[in-house]
Amino acid sequence: MNTTDIRAVYLQELCRIAPDIDPETVGDNDHIQEDLELDSMDVLNLVTALHDRTGVDIPETDYPRIATISLAVEYLKGAAQKT
Amino acid sequence: MGVFRMPSLGADMEAGTLAEWLVSPGDTVARGDVIAVVETQKGAIEIEVFENGTVHELTAERGAVLPVGTPLAVILAEGEEPPQTVAPTAARPPVESAPAERKPVPDRPVPSAEPHGQHKASPAARVRARELGVDLAKVTGSGPDGKIIRTDVDHVLTGAKQRPSEPRSPLAEMRKAIAAAMTRAKQTIPHFYLSHTMDVQPAIDFLARLNADRPPAERVLLGALFVRAASLAASKVKTVNGHFIDGVFEPADVVNPGVAVALRGGGLVAPALMDATELDLDRTMTAMRDLVSRARAGRLKGSEMTKGTITISSLGETGAEAMTGVIFPPQVAIVGIGAPQTRPWVINGQVVPRTVVTITLSADHRVSDGRQAARFVSEFETLIQHPESL
Repeated sequence: MNTTDIRAVYLQELCRIAPDIDPETVGDNDHIQEDLELDSMDVLNLVTALHDRTGVDIPETDYPRIATISLAVEYLKGAAQKT
Repeated sequence: MGVFRMPSLGADMEAGTLAEWLVSPGDTVARGDVIAVVETQKGAIEIEVFENGTVHELTAERGAVLPVGTPLAVILAEGEEPPQTVAPTAARPPVESAPAERKPVPDRPVPSAEPHGQHKASPAARVRARELGVDLAKVTGSGPDGKIIRTDVDHVLTGAKQRPSEPRSPLAEMRKAIAAAMTRAKQTIPHFYLSHTMDVQPAIDFLARLNADRPPAERVLLGALFVRAASLAASKVKTVNGHFIDGVFEPADVVNPGVAVALRGGGLVAPALMDATELDLDRTMTAMRDLVSRARAGRLKGSEMTKGTITISSLGETGAEAMTGVIFPPQVAIVGIGAPQTRPWVINGQVVPRTVVTITLSADHRVSDGRQAARFVSEFETLIQHPESL
C-alpha cells in the first residue's frame, strides 16, 4: 500500500465509525480523540478496521502512532514493509 | 396474546411514531423477536414481542403517531382464535362490547374532583402538573383537540417554547427527553453521593497483558472491567439495583446495567446490558461493542430502553477525574466513573506513581443509606483490584 491508499483507507474507516465527520474537513494533523472526539470504543473500532484492511496488528502501545492521518500513514507504511 | 399495543419505552413517553413493520400477517414470531420500529424522542427503537405466536393482522399504519397503549397488531398464540373485533387505529368508534378501547370523547368535560378538572389534560399531564406545581390553566395543549399532554407541562418547566406544530430536530427531541427525565429526577429523588478514589493499576496491567497477544477485534477496554465490577457489586447490594415505582422500591433479581453512551453530535442514551452478571469479561466487552454501535446507529431495542436497573456512566480514558451523576428514574442509583489519572499514591509506606480512578455513587435516599452505598463502593474496589476475578 502506498501513502495515497493508506490515507484513503484511514479516512474511509474513520468516517464509517463517525459518520458525522466530513472527510473533506479532516486535517492531516487532526487528533482523533482531541480534535475529532473519538472515544476509546471508537479508537478500538478504528484499530480493528485498520488491522482488517492493512494486516498490521497495531498493539495497544502503538495507538498514539495512528492518532492522526500523517502519523498513521508513516506508521502503517513502515509496519507493512516489515511484514 | 391477542392485541399487541404501543409499548411505553420510558416513564416520559406518551406516544411513538410507527416507522416500520418488520413482519407481515401470517408470519410466525417468537418471544424476543423484533417486529416493528418505533420513532421516539430517544431515536428509533426496535419493538420486541414477548410471546410466541402468529401475526394475524397489522392494525396500525406506518407513519402514524400513536399514543402508548394503542393497538398495533393482533398476534395469536397457537390455537388461539382471533378476537371478534379489532379496534382500528382510531378510525371508527369501537363497538359497545369493548368499552375499554373507547377513546375519550374530546368535547365532554372530564369528570374530576381536582381543581384542574376544567382543562383537557391527559392523566400523565395531570400527575406531572401536580408533581411540579404547574397550573394547567397556564399550559397550552399540543395533543389532539388542544389536549394538554405531559410534555406540554415539561415545556413550561424547562422554559421551552410551546410550538408543537414546528418539527424539531432529532437532537432537539432527545434534549427534551433528557431535560424531562433529569428534571424529574432532581425534583423527586433525594440524591446522596459517595465518592472514593482507588488504585486501578492492577486492572490496567491486567488488560495490557491480556490484550498484548490479542488481535484488535478481541481486545478488552477498561470500560468493560468497570461494567463487570459495577454489575457484580450491584448484585451484592440489593438497594442500589432496581426501580422505585409509586412509592415502593422493587429490587431487581437481575442486574441490567444501563451503559451511558454519548452520541456524536450531542445527546446521550443509556441502554441496558441485559443480565450482565451472567456474562464473563469477553462477553461483556462483545455486548458493550454491540450496544454502543447500535446506540450510535439508532437501533436499540425496547427492552434495552426500559429494563435498566442501575446506570453506569464512565468519562472514558482521558479527561475529568470525577463525575456526580443524576439518577435515571425509576432507577435508584448511578455510578459515575472519572477518567484514570496518574497520581502519587502510598503503597507499603512508599509514595509511588499509580493510575487511580474516582468513582461516585449517586443513590436514592428513599431506598438506601450511606452504609449500603459504602458497601457498593467497597465491593467495586475489591473487584477492580482483582481483575482476574472478573
